[in-house]
Amino acid sequence: MSSGLLFACAGLALVVIGAWALVLRAHLIRKVLAINVMGSGVFLVLVGAGTMGGTPDPVPQAMVITGIVVAISATALALALVLRIANATGLPALPEDRERDLMGEEGQ
Amino acid sequence: MTPGLVLDGLLVLVLLWLAWAALGSRDLFRGIVLFIAFGLVLAMAWVRLEAPDVALAEAAIGAGLTGALLLATWGRLPGKSDGPAATAGEPGLWLHAGLALLLAAVATGLALTLFAEPVAPGLAAAVEAELGRSGADNPVTAVLLNFRGYDTLLEIAVLTSALVGVWALGPAPRIKETTPSEVLLGMNSILIPLTPIICAYLLWAGKSQPGGAFQAGAVLAAAVVLYVLSGRRPHLQMPDAPTRWGAIVGLAVFVGVAVAVMGSGRAFLQYPVEFAGALILLVETAATLSIAIILAGMFIGGRPEDEP
Repeated sequence: MSSGLLFACAGLALVVIGAWALVLRAHLIRKVLAINVMGSGVFLVLVGAGTMGGTPDPVPQAMVITGIVVAISATALALALVLRIANATGLPALPEDRERDLMGEEGQ
Repeated sequence: MTPGLVLDGLLVLVLLWLAWAALGSRDLFRGIVLFIAFGLVLAMAWVRLEAPDVALAEAAIGAGLTGALLLATWGRLPGKSDGPAATAGEPGLWLHAGLALLLAAVATGLALTLFAEPVAPGLAAAVEAELGRSGADNPVTAVLLNFRGYDTLLEIAVLTSALVGVWALGPAPRIKETTPSEVLLGMNSILIPLTPIICAYLLWAGKSQPGGAFQAGAVLAAAVVLYVLSGRRPHLQMPDAPTRWGAIVGLAVFVGVAVAVMGSGRAFLQYPVEFAGALILLVETAATLSIAIILAGMFIGGRPEDEP
């Protein structure tokens, strides 16, 4: 098993963990974290699979740098929307999740 | 099993644990801090995958600035409720089971693809063959700014429009004057004057070594973030007009160069070989400035407005 394959498999696991949390967690910041973990997983699959041919492939690496920058753009916009939702409704959650345990408390 | 593979295995275990703990811990602040640690460990994984350019971008943008954004948003959330945690409307067993089944199917399908033989050779050889005509010696920079310049052009457009989206949601929040710790002030007085030098080095080095516009811009943005955190500012806003112009100069120069090279049979973004190096440096310099302003503007979190 090569390093590339190992990290690509880890990327797969990260996509699964992120998607799981994205659907099941209620707090919107937690959902943003989940999307970022999913994205990191996709990046690992891309670059990991890119090294399986022997030499490191610069094309997936460049695509991943592009991806990291697009991810922070999406994250910044999402977080600004989360703040607006929280300021407008008092809770950082979607309407159907307003009754749920948001897991946002401190010191637990 | 080689020692390198053992190290990779450990990195993977730490990565998976950090991701799981960041998304599952009860305390959201703890989750965000774990996510920042996840980004830093991921940067080490990029080094192991022989992708130092990605490692730099991950450490500066993926872990550093994303973490600062998350913490700033967390701090600006309206007062947390002190009542007992509500538990109504929690997802039921069926949702858990269905989601598990779906994710297992997706993971199995992708794993089958990963383990499929034969492994494709990839594009490394093709990039190597054309590297001499690209205007850059670092293959990743050559791909980013020349071979797949379209991706990067659109990426800067995405960055710019994300900032427009953040600005559209309201003016920058005022935060109270704070008394920062002596440690932060001392660190800032050393780090902030150094950042323009680090930024210029990363930008220049990107031609032949790991580095480039995105990493350089992120370092410059980090200096603004540190300055804002130090509380040594009259107010949170950046000056209005220079910020707006600075945010679009990267996209404008990139589009301008892409159009200007057209003619005598060349296509959009097809640099003439003899000027490719200079054009890439021009585009990267403008992009660095815009990326720094955009990332810092995202951290400040609202449109700039002159004091009333």
